[in-house]
Amino acid sequence: MTERPDLKQALGRLLGPGASEIGCDECFARLDEYVDVELAGGDADAAVPGLRAHLDGCPACREEHDSLRALLDTHR
Amino acid sequence: MTLPAPATVGRTDMNPATAPVTGGAPRTPQPLDADSREWLRSLRASGAEREAATARLHALLLRAARFEASRRAARLPHLRGNELDEIALEAADDALMSVLARLDDFRGASRFTTWVYKFALLEAAVKLRRRSWQGREVPLEPESWDRFEAAVLAPEERAEQGELLASLQHGIDEVLTAHQRRVLVALALNEVPIDVLAERLNTTRGALYKTLHDARRKLRKHLEESGLALAVWLGEEER
Repeated sequence: MTERPDLKQALGRLLGPGASEIGCDECFARLDEYVDVELAGGDADAAVPGLRAHLDGCPACREEHDSLRALLDTHR
Repeated sequence: MTLPAPATVGRTDMNPATAPVTGGAPRTPQPLDADSREWLRSLRASGAEREAATARLHALLLRAARFEASRRAARLPHLRGNELDEIALEAADDALMSVLARLDDFRGASRFTTWVYKFALLEAAVKLRRRSWQGREVPLEPESWDRFEAAVLAPEERAEQGELLASLQHGIDEVLTAHQRRVLVALALNEVPIDVLAERLNTTRGALYKTLHDARRKLRKHLEESGLALAVWLGEEER
């Protein structure tokens, strides 16, 4: 089978992450903890299980995660 | 079917001050770092000290909201700089209310500044997503399915991929409820931002994502029962 990143991406949007994930409200509640652990070089996925999978499935929460990381990179 | 655009852009529906937290293990309070302790002490003080701390907090939130606005500015070419700044200021004002209402919820799992930044980023992001869709109708039916097929079908693998896409479309049409189908199509196929759809359907981001999650689970099950090697298509074999 030929590698098809566009197909994989389109299917991923429709079918979401295969792994167990938390919801948007818990993602928001724990996003600060997750990002601080990430920036400290720790195991953020162990600290907040299911948040990474949620970011894979929710573009809005992923954008807010990326913004928080970028902001802290700039202003810390 | 489309949803008409509302007349104005409203407040965020995912209200951090009231949004319930569901699932997951409860967090144990952490020892606070000195900076976080000082923020909490000064914001809980009275008189001029509290006013000064609140003003410093607002400045932090405004910095975060402007940061978010600047990241999105290229995708909002129709907005002038002063409009972006007005949205950032409104986001900072709303975030300030949320943070002050939830001070007792801060448990020290992160730095205090990290915790407050996320409120401003959320408020700004939601307002800007909604502003970018203001006046636009939200498509709820798979008008773009043909475009989707054309984009993802490779001529040399048309038969194999055609089977996958036919099963996918059958699942969307037959396995999902009407509400699940509308939400999945709008969010995952037509790429409507979840906050925009939440506003149009008068619901919350969390509720919509739950619907999307349930629809995705059903579709995955349908495809797996059809005998398709889903993990291979999705590149999930090594997870």
